[in-house]
Amino acid sequence: MTTKNMTGASILWECLEREGVTTVFGYPGGAILPAYDALKGSKIHHILVRHEQGATHMADGYARASGKVGVAVATSGPGATNMVTGIATAMLDSSPIVCITGQVGSKLIGSDAFQETDITGVTLPITKHNYLVTHASEVARTVREAFYVARSGRPGPVLIDITKDAQQTTAEFDWDAAKPQLPGYRPDLSPEKKEYEQALELIHNSKRPVILAGHGIIISGAMNEVRDFAERTGIPVALTLLGLGAFPASHPLNLGMMGMHGEAWVNHTIQEADLLLAFGMRFDDRVTGNLKTYASNAKKIHIEIDPAEINKNVKVDVPLVGDLREVLHELLPHVESIDRSEWLDSIDKLKGDAAVRDIQNLPDSGHLYAAHVINDLWRETRDVETVVVTDVGQHQMWEAQYYKHEKARSLITSGGLGTMGFALPAAIGAKVARPEAEVWVVVGDGGFQMTLCELATIVQEKLKVNIAIINNGFLGMVRQWQEFFYERNYAATPLLNPDFAKLGEAYGIKSMTVSGRSQVVPSVHQAQQHDGPVLINFRVEQEDTVYPMVAAGASLHEMIRRPSKIVETAGDE
Amino acid sequence: MLNTYVVYVENKPGVLTRVASLFRRRAFNIDSLTVGRTEKPEVSRMTITVDADHDQARRIEANLYKLVNVLLVENITNQPAIIRDLAMIKVAATHDARSHVLELASVFRARVVDVAPDSLTIEITGAEDKIDGLLEVLRPYGVLEMVRTGIVAMRRGKSSTTAATTSTGADVTEEDVSHSV
Repeated sequence: MTTKNMTGASILWECLEREGVTTVFGYPGGAILPAYDALKGSKIHHILVRHEQGATHMADGYARASGKVGVAVATSGPGATNMVTGIATAMLDSSPIVCITGQVGSKLIGSDAFQETDITGVTLPITKHNYLVTHASEVARTVREAFYVARSGRPGPVLIDITKDAQQTTAEFDWDAAKPQLPGYRPDLSPEKKEYEQALELIHNSKRPVILAGHGIIISGAMNEVRDFAERTGIPVALTLLGLGAFPASHPLNLGMMGMHGEAWVNHTIQEADLLLAFGMRFDDRVTGNLKTYASNAKKIHIEIDPAEINKNVKVDVPLVGDLREVLHELLPHVESIDRSEWLDSIDKLKGDAAVRDIQNLPDSGHLYAAHVINDLWRETRDVETVVVTDVGQHQMWEAQYYKHEKARSLITSGGLGTMGFALPAAIGAKVARPEAEVWVVVGDGGFQMTLCELATIVQEKLKVNIAIINNGFLGMVRQWQEFFYERNYAATPLLNPDFAKLGEAYGIKSMTVSGRSQVVPSVHQAQQHDGPVLINFRVEQEDTVYPMVAAGASLHEMIRRPSKIVETAGDE
Repeated sequence: MLNTYVVYVENKPGVLTRVASLFRRRAFNIDSLTVGRTEKPEVSRMTITVDADHDQARRIEANLYKLVNVLLVENITNQPAIIRDLAMIKVAATHDARSHVLELASVFRARVVDVAPDSLTIEITGAEDKIDGLLEVLRPYGVLEMVRTGIVAMRRGKSSTTAATTSTGADVTEEDVSHSV
């Protein structure tokens, strides 16, 4: 192995290249300047963001769209603290990103120097692991470890804080491509034989089983295995929000999304099940509702890579701790085909009057509903490789309900942290990761304004990203909660918005406003045909509500449904 | 119930914060936490006692293992173990009371480590209840000051430190357990 004397800054870029990094998202500043100075000698493309939060969401979107590690770079102090929201978002959704921050000189640490923050201290609870590097000689090993930790086991964000002097001084560069030596780190657990046997027994003895498909399926790349498993056993599949795309929406065994805004019959199915097979999901409170009444007659098998998730929210009968894909490979040869037609028929009956209540099936009243926009968007993009990146709120739930995801990594959304402002920057990351895909941002008017500065990044990088603003003039989901639980006191939820189309034009982005149902499809076509970014401001019904809804703390089967009187009124029009 | 963990960690800056922060973040209340060196310079050892039920106790272990710097976690709550706390107790002891206090200290096999005209300082090592017992009988004389280290614990029999530097934690079997005092 050749060694050569290099600055810490040059070692950093060299190591990133060797980790397969081709693009980083960042924002320069004093404490990271040596690294930026050394960037000119690197093959890595640097994308200048407009806010460091954007850089982290871009790295996150990049990671989720590609399955690779995303990288964000920032300076010390405010640069680093601006990353906190993006890091927490990646942590809760198990997204592998590496954040690199500059730090003041090692001799200044602790002196409250200009732009000094203890960012390793700040990010301790929201990173999988973090490092403070004070010597150039530590850079290579740290980068190697950081990438290994970020992507292995249950993935997550890792932060590397590098002092200015560690970037400036030199060290022998010695790259060790071997797996890093981390004696305390065990990402590769696997279940015991006895646990497999117990799981198989439960599966074969169950009459009313349901698979709960989560994000872990996508992370471990187990889509085919899950499909094989479902088909071979005849077990229907309900999905979490982050699981959408892990199992094809059009598959006959697909039930759809479960949980707070899941379809009523999906939640009823789970409540009536005698066995839940949790595949790479963590029984989040948005999925279970009241734990005391959650699937109380069901045995539970939990296949999960993180042992700390076992029995955290829901007590399970058989835990299978390990990589989902590997665990399913073990299970698949032993599962028996069982006739489940009785169970599947009874689920069909649970669908009941769902279609009548569906806003899609109401006659055109002249109003534009978000559901129509999403559904049209799905119809017009279903035949091309599309990545939809949503923000957080009502539009996110309508997207989950009305966009039928067939493939993994075709939906990118902030599930665990529910980060408003996520969509626009995350879509930039997704487009960089998959330039051949048609990337759509579906964003509310509230969340859009949190990170809209990144429009400039889109233009500067000449990225073909289509933006659909679902503009209802409200912080819609908060308004919905106020409607249900705060006696319609719409405190601080109405938004006075700018003219988004003019705003888009100010950035040099082709922009339009759509307020009629018949204009939706033509506007989507225009966006598809234009070779630059396009912004469409969809002015939708102001006080529409996401149904069904399980109120926080309520039981999963106690859903608030779309009132039948609205169905009747609308039917009269 | 109180659970006692022995936790081996890499001897690196910030590791104590990582461990303590984990308990705070997961809303588990630390009853006692001690940390110190081991026979290996690269490894530190913590003894942590936490009030937790069975499920919580298991999750604490799993969460500790998620920390990259944590090498080995043993819940020794139901294992034969030597558990010690060290206390120094400064008692008001004027001429009249002095012999009584000395007598009590001797009954508890505690040592007098400082004598002043109006006070005695007693050092005692033992299980927590033994120290509590001494404290109780000294209280009437006037406890002026007290300091305790928090508990340290060690399983009886075969040591675990060999496991602490390998990637998998080896279980100590029954036959390795001794019953010495």
